[in-house]
Amino acid sequence: MTIELFMQQLANGISIGSLYALLGIGYTMVYGILRLINFAHGDIFMMASYFMVFSVINFNLPWYAATVVVIIASVALGVLLEKTAYRPLRNAPRMSIMISAIGASFLLENLATYLFTGVPKGFPDIKILTRAVNLWGVSLSVATIITPFTTLILLYVVLFITNKTKIGMAMRAVSKDFETAKLMGININKVISTTFIIGSSLAAIGAMLWGSKYPSVYPLMGVMPGLKCFIAAVLGGIGNTTGAVLGGFILGMAEIMLVTFLPSLTGYRDAIAFIILIVILLVKPTGLLGEKVTDKV
Amino acid sequence: MKRVLSLSICLLMVLSLFTACTKKEDDVIKIGVFEPLTGENGGGGQQELEGIKYANKMYPEVLGKKIELVIVDNKSDKGEATTAVTRLIEQEKVVAIIGSYGSGVSIAAGDIIKNAKIPAMGASCTNPMVTQSNEFYFRACFLDPFQGRVMANYAIGQGAKTAAVIMQNGDDYSVGLGNFFIEAFKELTGSEASIVDVSEFQVNESDFNGILTNIKAKNPDVIFAPSSATAAPLIIKQARALGIKSLIMGGDTWENPAVIEVAGVDAEGIVLSTFFDENDPATEEAKVFVEGYKKELAGKEPIIPAVAALGYDAYLLVRDAIERAGSTDGVAIRDALNATKDFEGVTGVINFTSEGDADKNIAVIKTVEEGQFVYIDTVEVK
Repeated sequence: MTIELFMQQLANGISIGSLYALLGIGYTMVYGILRLINFAHGDIFMMASYFMVFSVINFNLPWYAATVVVIIASVALGVLLEKTAYRPLRNAPRMSIMISAIGASFLLENLATYLFTGVPKGFPDIKILTRAVNLWGVSLSVATIITPFTTLILLYVVLFITNKTKIGMAMRAVSKDFETAKLMGININKVISTTFIIGSSLAAIGAMLWGSKYPSVYPLMGVMPGLKCFIAAVLGGIGNTTGAVLGGFILGMAEIMLVTFLPSLTGYRDAIAFIILIVILLVKPTGLLGEKVTDKV
Repeated sequence: MKRVLSLSICLLMVLSLFTACTKKEDDVIKIGVFEPLTGENGGGGQQELEGIKYANKMYPEVLGKKIELVIVDNKSDKGEATTAVTRLIEQEKVVAIIGSYGSGVSIAAGDIIKNAKIPAMGASCTNPMVTQSNEFYFRACFLDPFQGRVMANYAIGQGAKTAAVIMQNGDDYSVGLGNFFIEAFKELTGSEASIVDVSEFQVNESDFNGILTNIKAKNPDVIFAPSSATAAPLIIKQARALGIKSLIMGGDTWENPAVIEVAGVDAEGIVLSTFFDENDPATEEAKVFVEGYKKELAGKEPIIPAVAALGYDAYLLVRDAIERAGSTDGVAIRDALNATKDFEGVTGVINFTSEGDADKNIAVIKTVEEGQFVYIDTVEVK
């Protein structure tokens, strides 16, 4: 193996890993607050890609204006989803709300199939992001280079919001103890809506970067990334934001390294992700950075 | 009380079975259409369905009765496929079935079709196993061993000495065609080492950078990647982004406008084999079809998809067989299909082999130029 090949694979791993990380933050935040695995997260990501296709191709918006529209639309969708599918079930057993999440996911996928058909659409070509750069024999697109940095910056922003702002303090309180936080006068609905706003906008930004690298937009495009990012979040310790980012990078790297060193097993790449999930659940159920939570009696 | 209730419900259910049998609609003949309308092959399935619907519009009757198309969606999924086909047979009581796009779902439905003795006509499912040891499954298209050989032939004609193959794990079409290509390529070059890399990927995968980086290091002359129209543009785009200059080739599924739309300029120069070319109508029927269907497609699709032409042929073959059989009995229709002689379809003159495959030895090779599929050659393999 040449050093060039290895460097290229390293870059591939970092780039896919940072995309997993970006989407993983959305999962982990919702889980942290609501103890809900938001299965529809991958589908919000899919819808964001469609919003981008329509705003650029059908409404001829320049890409930066389209980005704003896409983020707003995705946030609206995320909040709407929370209000209709999750809020009415807030006091129901956790299993019901999880099933509601799976239902919401199928609803979005089928709605997209109905509205936009199964034929893949091309993600708009954002020239600044798709331009190819050759660094020491490694071919990269600009999107590949900026994705890890974007992820780290957004991680910092999310950490800042949760740790340094008033709403962040409320989020942490809700995450620790739902009932008590409510009694202390925290507006639970506002906190939860904010969580979905942050999660959905991260999904929208993720969709932009994903689309620039993998420009095929179709109704089931969110399924695999959704599952992988969920695994990334569990791997890092679900509920922990930094953990989700760490998990994303590890998962992306593990997948690409499998392809690099064991090329005959490339067909089992997804299996690796699930094996990692199972091993983590067996060895360290709380994930790499997860805290052990004792259930209050 | 409970027991009485449950007993009476049981009784009702049993009775309903009889009523379902006695109710018979004598004024229509139902033909099932078994296609993926959603899932990864949703795009291609839709194109094929449009061709079948157009054929139904042109030839709406048989034996003096109206033909009703009963359309079910197999969702590109083998599990759904068996459910969908069972529904067509048990509930809808169709007399024949057309479909499906995608060999995997067709193979999955094969046993049910065989046991129910309902003849089925595949339009574009190219894997040999679809009709193998199934006397009720027929098809209107050529087979993958042929297609694989055609593509290997073409690659070698272009001066290729080495090839890499990318296939989708678990997809019978992709793996089948990939392996037939490998076989033919090795045989034609006379060298085991001519296939430098074989990589597999899984359904709904978007990231091909890993396998393409490995392939780049081996620098093959051609990359053959039989895959769905969803995966194809991603493979093409990522290969070009990595700086791979090799000729990229695919199978019949690639003749889909979505491939060009999504891959953009990177689609230029890809090569694929397909069933039909609208600029070179093989029969009288084809001329009429091209003219009429072009009008139907105006504004929707730039060219007639080959799978629509095959869907059209599949419908005509079934209708012709019912007409000749003079009945809607499954076995009678099957025998009539077997007796098909020099049927003038739009994709050529059709006769069936003993396996129930259309005896076709012509494939059309196309490339992409300036965002359009362009005809290169018609290949005949004896």
